[in-house]
Amino acid sequence: MLTFIVRRTLIMIPQLVLLSLIIFMLAKAMPGDAVTGAAMSSPDMTEAQIEKIREKHGLNDPWFVQYGHWMKRALKGDLGMSYVHKQPVKKLLAGRIENTVLLAFFTLLVTYAIAIPLGLIAGRWNDTWVDKLIVGYNYVSFATPFFVFALLMLFVFSFVLGWFPTGGSVDIRMEEGSWSYVVDKAKHLVLPVLSGALLLTYGTIQYLRNDIIDTKVKDFVRTARAKGVPEGKVYSRHILRNSLLPIAAFLGYEITGLISGSIFIEMIFSYPGLGQLFIQSINGRDFTVVTALVMLSGTAVVVGTMLSDIILSIVDPRIRID
Amino acid sequence: MNNNLLDIQNLRTSFHIKGKAYAAVDGVSFTIQENEIVAIVGESGCGKSALALSIMGLHPTKTTTLEGQVAFKGENLLTIPQARFDQIRGKEIGMIFQDPMTALNPLHPVGRQIEESMGQHLALAKEERRNRTLELLKQVGIQNEQRVYKQYPHELSGGMRQRVVIAIALACDPVLLVADEPTTALDVTIQAQISDLLKELQNRTKLSILLITHDLGVVSELADRVIVMYAGEIVEMAEVATLFHYPLHPYTRSLLKSLPGQQSTKTALHVIEGIVPSIQKLDRSGCRFAPRIRWIPEQAHENDPQLHEVAPGHFVRCTCYESFHFPDDHIGDDNNAITGN
Amino acid sequence: MPLLEIKNLHVHYPIRGGFFRRIVDTVQAVDGISFTLKRGETYGLVGESGCGKSSAGRAIIGLNRVTSGKVLFEGIDIAQLRGQARSNHRKEIQMIFQDPYSSLNAQKTVHSIIAEPLRNFERLSSKEELRRVQTLLDRVGLSPESIHKFPHQFSGGQRQRIGIARALALNPKLIIADEPVSALDVSVQAQVLNFMQDIQKEFNLTYLFISHDLGVIRHFCDRIGIMYKGRFVEEGTVEEIYNNPQHMYTKRLLAAIPEMDPVKRAEKAKQRRWIQAQYEETFDRFLDPDGKALELKKITDTHSAAVQ
Repeated sequence: MLTFIVRRTLIMIPQLVLLSLIIFMLAKAMPGDAVTGAAMSSPDMTEAQIEKIREKHGLNDPWFVQYGHWMKRALKGDLGMSYVHKQPVKKLLAGRIENTVLLAFFTLLVTYAIAIPLGLIAGRWNDTWVDKLIVGYNYVSFATPFFVFALLMLFVFSFVLGWFPTGGSVDIRMEEGSWSYVVDKAKHLVLPVLSGALLLTYGTIQYLRNDIIDTKVKDFVRTARAKGVPEGKVYSRHILRNSLLPIAAFLGYEITGLISGSIFIEMIFSYPGLGQLFIQSINGRDFTVVTALVMLSGTAVVVGTMLSDIILSIVDPRIRID
Repeated sequence: MNNNLLDIQNLRTSFHIKGKAYAAVDGVSFTIQENEIVAIVGESGCGKSALALSIMGLHPTKTTTLEGQVAFKGENLLTIPQARFDQIRGKEIGMIFQDPMTALNPLHPVGRQIEESMGQHLALAKEERRNRTLELLKQVGIQNEQRVYKQYPHELSGGMRQRVVIAIALACDPVLLVADEPTTALDVTIQAQISDLLKELQNRTKLSILLITHDLGVVSELADRVIVMYAGEIVEMAEVATLFHYPLHPYTRSLLKSLPGQQSTKTALHVIEGIVPSIQKLDRSGCRFAPRIRWIPEQAHENDPQLHEVAPGHFVRCTCYESFHFPDDHIGDDNNAITGN
Repeated sequence: MPLLEIKNLHVHYPIRGGFFRRIVDTVQAVDGISFTLKRGETYGLVGESGCGKSSAGRAIIGLNRVTSGKVLFEGIDIAQLRGQARSNHRKEIQMIFQDPYSSLNAQKTVHSIIAEPLRNFERLSSKEELRRVQTLLDRVGLSPESIHKFPHQFSGGQRQRIGIARALALNPKLIIADEPVSALDVSVQAQVLNFMQDIQKEFNLTYLFISHDLGVIRHFCDRIGIMYKGRFVEEGTVEEIYNNPQHMYTKRLLAAIPEMDPVKRAEKAKQRRWIQAQYEETFDRFLDPDGKALELKKITDTHSAAVQ
């Protein structure tokens, strides 16, 4: 078990190196470099001066030397300066990461809190009216475009009813660490989390429902019934755990998806997270930030798949290698 | 009340297929006494597995209709509340399933799966359950029981898994064991060991066994009484020695004759004409075996074939057995299918 | 010249382990077996699951890699052949599988299932191909209209006939049948066995019949090899093996055959217990220090056993 986790973790290293190489190459391939930007802001610099700065910053070195420098700095946490925000990228990301992770975590929590019971009910009592209702909800949520739904939520609960703030992650007047700060942060989260979660349940409900319908007629479930295990326990002990396997396997990917892909949510609710920053940076040609964000979401994918593999190996004894 | 442990009367199990109900078990009646092994033999599609699942209440209720009576110690299992049924299943009636590869939950260790029914039915402390489980594992012939207790099904061979399935069935000392093809998936030597184990259990305790199988060898080794089923009906029922030495129904005789390997003779085996009809296509009027013995004249069959008691304890359906002969036989040959070994 | 001669065949599978998944050990599935098949005979390969009988069969037809040893088919070592020469010889050996339910592609019609080997090895016009498929269907006793049906529309016995028709398509000389009737009901089993015997006579086929069912083996085979942990423990004619077994393992295997007369079953159980006791007491003497079977020793011209 431990060997498996260690080996699985070590496999990440070449994956991450490859990823960083690709991103570095793409960044290099973009027109201009750090000096081009500086040159534009001070138009009286001569070609020779620019060339000197290039030489000084190692921009004339072969690509692999440059890559080496870049990696070395990145490992130390130095991701360069943001051209637009005039501050280190690292500092810029710090607050955003916290916001996005909070958003992702609660969205996932609410998604599963809704989807697992609904999927279970629909699967256990399939083809009854309850099931039809749940499947109906599922189709509607799948067919609803996110931005329409999110705008509707915003309109109804923020503008009309005024229950929740229309944007941001926390009121700037709040004192960090106080109770009211936490409450306010939570208030800002409610709408983005709910709109995200209500539409995300589709996959989980559908998966769980179908898997339960398949599992409840399996031989080992029949064995459990023949032991005299009451139907409720047959579900909790035997069917549910087996049916949750594919969902557990997707957990890592879901987390990844939410961290690197909550662009829509963050844009509509003007929530200061990574997604919003990503769009802003692209619009502002802030390449150091874009590169860092791409690297970050790439790492999230690699870590997410590893998480999925490890979670699966914990819940399913059949794939515990060694 | 009589002293039958299990008393099945006119059991009819129907499956709903495309809005219509088709009986897979079509009016079956028999009893099992205390400490008796009754075997139900027949080929796939004869309804024997459907019968076993009906007794255990394991058919999906939405698509199955059960009629008649399955009385266990005087209680009709078809009508008692589910909660009461769950007290009987696993405690008084244990079941051994056919396919050891799929009958166990892949996510639970073996020990826990055996202990589950004890937890359900017996007031035992955790430690006692564990000891009893280890004892059971030893009983079913597993030598390294401490290790197997902690293992998962996928770490065990088919033979070992089948022993675990048997241990589960025996966990609460049942009085009746329903064994659906308990040895089919196993090697010959393991088959023999499992047969011997079941026989020994019957001798040692007051256990009764309903043995469902297509393997006449297992029947001959184990059964006290044999029921032969064809197309959902009982066609013959007799003491085991009677059935093997004096089989009467054409189906029983054909089955026995088609077995290979009594002697090393490269002569052709007997083949039963035609195929077992599916429950949708089955013609339910008249003798159901008639289409497969066409050389027997129509008037030899009954219009509505009944089970006749031709000798004490020996029942045969339809009158066609009286004039039955194999196509290559001369009429009037004796009915002895086994000519010695 | 014998049709098939197996000389010291080994099939080993690597076991990978440790942190770098290196080969740490090997499973010696087949560990040095030798036997010959004469033209037109039926040779039974018997043993319990895991004894290596299926691995051996699959290695002969080329589905498993031969680790070492020779597979001489009409005098040519086909284990060493590659490319065109290999496929030319592959035509001559065909296989019938255990499970008629899963060995046929459910998406394909009977026509394309049977025509597949023809398409792989022969260039036929579609008219010729159709005619060949129809002839084959006729030979295995299936109606001409079954040509457009799918496997699920047939019974188990009929499906096994489709498998046999496919195996016969290229007029092979040797058929390897791996548990061909184990999944079938008794009466269907009888049909398939009879049929296999009929075509054997008709086409002078040679069978390598792999099975764990000692009743079927006794009925069907001329000679038998009994395998234990990748090696032969005994080889002989059916009569020699069943009437005069020499090796303890063979004796135990034979004792496990169910008694077909219920009156004699108590006696049989007693005999079985006696053999089991003997087996436990003396089996070590039949094994080398590694727990493998000893070298085969000749008892008669046709009978040999791995005894001291």
